[in-house]
Amino acid sequence: MSDIHFNESIILVDLEAKTKEEVLTAMGENLQKLGLVKESFTPAIIAREGEFATGLPTKGVSVAIPHTDVEHVITKTISFAVLKDPVEFGVMGDPEETTPVKVVFMLAMDQAHDQLSLLQRLMQVFQDEDTLNYLANEKEAVKIKNLLAEKLDFAFEGGE
Amino acid sequence: MKKVLVACGAGIATSTVVNGAIEEMAKENNLKVDLVQIKITEVGSHVDSADLLVTTAMTKKEYPFPVINARSFLTGIGVEDTKKQILDELQK
Repeated sequence: MSDIHFNESIILVDLEAKTKEEVLTAMGENLQKLGLVKESFTPAIIAREGEFATGLPTKGVSVAIPHTDVEHVITKTISFAVLKDPVEFGVMGDPEETTPVKVVFMLAMDQAHDQLSLLQRLMQVFQDEDTLNYLANEKEAVKIKNLLAEKLDFAFEGGE
Repeated sequence: MKKVLVACGAGIATSTVVNGAIEEMAKENNLKVDLVQIKITEVGSHVDSADLLVTTAMTKKEYPFPVINARSFLTGIGVEDTKKQILDELQK
């Protein structure tokens, strides 16, 4: 778990976007700028979202977990965004439905099948209404980072 | 032993979680299952051998085995119903 890139640079607060494509582009280009993903990542994640939607209605605010194949990733990370206004995403496994997404966890994984415990902890966050509501309303990236680091149990290397 | 396909769009994120949940469930109930984690596009090559498909991705195709939607494993909403459906299939 220590090799995951996780600091304020991958946290976007008050992201303004009208469509899911705009959300994915802003998040993907940020990761590319940071050298964490390849140029192919953003188009791949947009294409995948169109084909297999990742919006999840929860008991709290709706979330989305866009992700794509490992070949587009350079360094493993989970980018997080709070949207200024909710954006409609398709519902996972339900092509006809959409859900107003407020928080987005963009998974940039560098190995398939190797992050079960991380993903399980992420799913626990989705099932925790209070945490989701806090994340959806927090404006300070550092506070979001600290909370997610605690909830996802990241081991930090090199501080931040 | 039942062969259960666990599939999502990429075969990487959500199927990993669902796979873990079914593994745990099978253990609790002393059931042996052959879990195969795949991308939804790979289901076709297992059509002849699988007993069940559990997936977070949509599928419009018809298969000769039951298909169970596993989104509840991610959101927690309705997860007990989904577990029961899967268990019923495993015990058939």
